[in-house]
Amino acid sequence: MESCGMASDPLIELIKVSKSHDRGRSRALDGVSLRIEAGSFVALVGTSGAGKTTALKTINRLIEPDRGEVRFDGAAVADLDAPALRRRIGYVFQEVGLFPHMTIGENIAITPQLLGWPKPDIAARIAELLDLVELPQGFASRSPHALSGGQRQRAAVARALAARPRVMLMDEPFGALDPVTRDALGSAYRALHERLAMTTIMVTHDVQEAVLLADRIVVMSMGRIVADDTPGALLAGSDSAEAAQLMAMPRRQAERVQALLDATGRPPAHG
Amino acid sequence: MDERLTGALALLAGYTAPHVQLSAVALALGVTASLPLAVAASRRPRLRAVVLAVASLVQTIPGLALLALFYPLMLALSALTARLFGFGVPALGFLPTVLALTVYSMLPILRNGVAAMLGVDRACLEAADGVGMTARQKLFRVELPLAAPVIMAGIRTAAVWTIGMATLSTTVGQASLGNFIFSGLQTENWISVLVGCAAAVILALVVDRLLGLIEAAAVRRDVRRMAIGLGALVAGTAAAFAPLVSSPGETYVIGAKNFSEQFVLAELMAMRMEAAGVNVARKPGLGSAVIFRALAAGDIDVYVDYSGTLWTNVLERRDTPPRDVMLDELTRAMRDRYGVTVVGALGFENAYALAMRRDRAAGIATIVDLAPVAPRLTLGSDLEFLSRPESAALKQAYGLAFAQEKSFNPTFMYRAIADGSVDVISAFSSDGRIAGDDLVVLADVKHAIPAYDAVILISPRRRDDAVLRQALAPLIGAIPVERMRQTNFMVDRDTGKTSVEEAARFLASGIGASRIAPADRR
Repeated sequence: MESCGMASDPLIELIKVSKSHDRGRSRALDGVSLRIEAGSFVALVGTSGAGKTTALKTINRLIEPDRGEVRFDGAAVADLDAPALRRRIGYVFQEVGLFPHMTIGENIAITPQLLGWPKPDIAARIAELLDLVELPQGFASRSPHALSGGQRQRAAVARALAARPRVMLMDEPFGALDPVTRDALGSAYRALHERLAMTTIMVTHDVQEAVLLADRIVVMSMGRIVADDTPGALLAGSDSAEAAQLMAMPRRQAERVQALLDATGRPPAHG
Repeated sequence: MDERLTGALALLAGYTAPHVQLSAVALALGVTASLPLAVAASRRPRLRAVVLAVASLVQTIPGLALLALFYPLMLALSALTARLFGFGVPALGFLPTVLALTVYSMLPILRNGVAAMLGVDRACLEAADGVGMTARQKLFRVELPLAAPVIMAGIRTAAVWTIGMATLSTTVGQASLGNFIFSGLQTENWISVLVGCAAAVILALVVDRLLGLIEAAAVRRDVRRMAIGLGALVAGTAAAFAPLVSSPGETYVIGAKNFSEQFVLAELMAMRMEAAGVNVARKPGLGSAVIFRALAAGDIDVYVDYSGTLWTNVLERRDTPPRDVMLDELTRAMRDRYGVTVVGALGFENAYALAMRRDRAAGIATIVDLAPVAPRLTLGSDLEFLSRPESAALKQAYGLAFAQEKSFNPTFMYRAIADGSVDVISAFSSDGRIAGDDLVVLADVKHAIPAYDAVILISPRRRDDAVLRQALAPLIGAIPVERMRQTNFMVDRDTGKTSVEEAARFLASGIGASRIAPADRR
């Protein structure tokens, strides 16, 4: 498609978006504006109740804002048909939500089916996706019950990627997994993000995960964005007290690890 | 094999078919109405509260009462359709039973349906939205499949309830396995009662197992087993409906109230009409309040009632004129007000009469003698006597007040006086058990109770029906009270009792061979 000349035209944009719950008693989003360029990996971090999930869900219209506008690929999402919009956007969340009455293969096939893909294409796509998320081909005919937590979330990622979306929305995707599985899935997804040239927005309360995976970290507090920068810049310091407090954690960890390594006299693993 | 068992088994297919028809139609309607309602109610908390409250309320109404309540409703509906479309829907029989059963079957389906929909994993709902399903796709691809096992459990409960309650249809003139139970209860034919109960239970169990098979097969997506279960259900239902397809044209419907004399008289009329070559359907076991309105509405064509009953209950008269005067006036009023024809009196009376055991009635010959001792005595009555005007008239005329009043099914009322648990009963003067149980009838010296001549009534639409008139005319004035008592006792006595059909043949034989011989009737 022809570019209109503005190189930094964002793929997703939130413009002064506000949302309150419980008939205005609690404010989840308070005039949030955010521009996300194609190809970026953005982590939304903050304490619980900061508004991260609400902001994420306004993009695929799982939540409708009270005020402001959300734009996707040049159009206001409010003007688009919600189911059609969601079929163009991958969505993965902590509770996984694989359909228990369908096999893994059928779960993965859902969105292509809704889009009316031909059957052979769908079958080929299932095989391709199982490879992509590193699950054995035999899993296609298994029930979700028969899988471990990590395997299920891999299947959920495959389902979200099935119709080749350009954008992936992830809400605490690996939050329920043990640390080892979580780390493995995180880095595997980061590799997929590069390989498929995705645009990813990931909500997490785990700053360490954000630092490890994202190119850009947006810190939210009380429904507002309080800091928005690269992980490196944020680790170096921030004007926002909340952001500084959040970033202090991975920094302290890193300093402690460094100190321990120095004491044993061995050089750090990555020089 | 026992003769009563063979008799009951011969009727089994004929009663099972309408039972299956009723249950199948009611359940199908119940599921069709309940599922969308359950889905809607699961979305809207206010609607949910209302729907579940109403369904629970319906459930607390006893089944028999629900059927009884549907009757006046159906009468009104019938009058409405008659005005709007020129024909009245039948107020008795299949339609009201099916509607009552449908309403009854809805609660378990609604309750389970709502619980099932609310119980669907929220993560699955979020995923369904996330992958881009429309509301409709979400309902049919995710919510209903996940809710199916719980909904199915509700349908199975409803099926068992419906099949059980369908036995009550007998009381509003719809044949079912209940006919075994109600007629058996009346004639103390316990084998008939047992056959009816066993057949209903087996039917319910089989249907429950088949639905269970379909449910299990659906969960495991075992197409073969699902086909077997569905196939068996469909085949069974189809077999039950088969007789309807080849149903003969004109059928005369003969009604009867719920006691032996009525069964025998209905059978006698049925035999005569069948001998005249017409199709006859029997609707025994109707309540005495329902039966006259059913006749006036044309749901039944002919039955026997008693002049005093019609006089007080239908015409609401409180005076008690002499027998002949009352009969004439009744005949005129029936024709003018309801278009109902009183063909004539059979020749005997079946009056309400107070009776006591001979050994307890020392010195008590009339109701006047009874009045002073009544406050120490217990009255046993049939189910309707106490609420009928005759009972009030008696009490008022004689100043009667009993220590206690108990209502029984007529069969058990005679048992109660025999074993001494009541002292006085509201007996029927043509009842064979008066002689059989050595009871004395107390004279109504003040004529507080009107005459109760047994009369044949014909519905308005059969008024000029020659076949009917010719078949029934020989019965007029042909049955003296001793003969009727004797016949009733054949059916009601404890040992050596005969079937209703045999009793009817015995009664017919007394009327005169020449009158019933086929050659004479043409």
